[in-house]
Amino acid sequence: MTYIIERIGIWIGAFLTFAILSFLYKDNPFYKIAEQIFIGISAGYWFIYTIYNILIPNLFTPVLTDLSANRLLLIPAFLGFLMLCRLIPKIDWVSRYPISFVMGTTAGMSLILFLRSDIIKQTSETMMNPFSAPDLAATIGQLILIIGTITGIIYFFFSKKHEGAFGTTAKVGIYFLMISFGAAFGYTIMARISLLIGRLNFLLGNWLGIIKP
Amino acid sequence: MKTLNILTKIDRRIIFLLIFFGVAVPLLVTINFKLGVTKNVRKVYNMVEETQENSKVVISYDYGPSTKPEIQPMAIALLNHAFRKKLRVICVALWPMGVQMCNEALETTLQHFPDLKYGKDYVNLGYKTGGQVTINHMAKNFRSTFPTDEGGTPIDELPILNGINNFNKIAFIIGLSAGDPGIKQWVQVAHDSYGKPVAGGSTAVQVPFLLPYVNKQQQLTGLIGGLKGAAEYEKLINLPGFATKGMDAQSIAHLIIILFIIIGNIGYFASKKQKGKIKS
Repeated sequence: MTYIIERIGIWIGAFLTFAILSFLYKDNPFYKIAEQIFIGISAGYWFIYTIYNILIPNLFTPVLTDLSANRLLLIPAFLGFLMLCRLIPKIDWVSRYPISFVMGTTAGMSLILFLRSDIIKQTSETMMNPFSAPDLAATIGQLILIIGTITGIIYFFFSKKHEGAFGTTAKVGIYFLMISFGAAFGYTIMARISLLIGRLNFLLGNWLGIIKP
Repeated sequence: MKTLNILTKIDRRIIFLLIFFGVAVPLLVTINFKLGVTKNVRKVYNMVEETQENSKVVISYDYGPSTKPEIQPMAIALLNHAFRKKLRVICVALWPMGVQMCNEALETTLQHFPDLKYGKDYVNLGYKTGGQVTINHMAKNFRSTFPTDEGGTPIDELPILNGINNFNKIAFIIGLSAGDPGIKQWVQVAHDSYGKPVAGGSTAVQVPFLLPYVNKQQQLTGLIGGLKGAAEYEKLINLPGFATKGMDAQSIAHLIIILFIIIGNIGYFASKKQKGKIKS
């Protein structure tokens, strides 16, 4: 019985894979069916997951089993309830309070983390003596890093007109940006091809059984 | 010139079809292209290799089925390596589907290690919502963040978690991530706030944004990037798997794309030249 259910699942998976890939030819009803199924299942999955894996273990069980030790949990529960008031137009303004609370705490927490990890540590990483590198290749690499960082930042400095020496430096920054976008594009292609490999591995392995999945 | 102009008008479906076969054929016929190992992947390997036996390590599964082809091979390779080195693995997930990804990776890996025991040598603590808040809380009070494992067993009954109250007795953390929350949060909180070594494995898309963290300050100790990174790790531990097989297909697909970029450019410059002639 388990085998039959598994096989049916694989056939449905194969059908949905072809339905999604058919969009490459042109938009068609099969693609739309697969798209709607995906959206529906995702929404349903998240709804149930939130209740059973987030709300019940983190809120309902602790509050119902030991309220005195978990009174603090009632505050986020209340804020969460206020968030749902958005569904009632007459009192939807109430939802702004939990939203502002979330925005404030997120901004406060992230500010410190980003300031330390992305600004201070990254800046100090660029402040180096390029000639202290062990070999010529490393020295060149460090020089390129310094030039790229400075010219890239200059390109994003819009309070001064990009002309003359300043404009030329900004132009060098554009080239560095283009190279980095090119690298990012290359990595993106690699990621997408990897996903195609995964799907074809499923079709040729699990579905057709031609290769070992 | 007119013939060259045709090159700019190739139907995209022909390209899709060629890519499809370019990926499918190498999966059927093994080519075995030569694969080098990059410095960043070797750093992750060295970190695992140089960790003392019986040390406890955290692997975070922050991805889902959509990125499984890229990250799952890394997860399997890392688990294999960790178990070979007799490290004790604590699995957590900042993404809900990470729990299932972890269970699948464990199931595949444990075929090579039938003697390992759940709760003693490895454990899956499951998913916790919150991202950076969860990591911060783990660093302060590991036990209250994960009072039970994924199946509901209290962590006091799991020997692997004896004495684990925060990050102090964790040797290192490896984040396998497909986005947010993921490696970035592990770096920001676990490394930059609590000084714990953090390494990562990510989708190829994320690599350019995460590479700056692999620096002298070792915000990230190393990074396994995409399917290629996974294949490199498989090579390092001498256990060829899905990633190694997939790299043949990846290379052929890239060759086809490069070929069409060249063809497109030839067509573009030819049509530009023709337009110039017409103007003059």
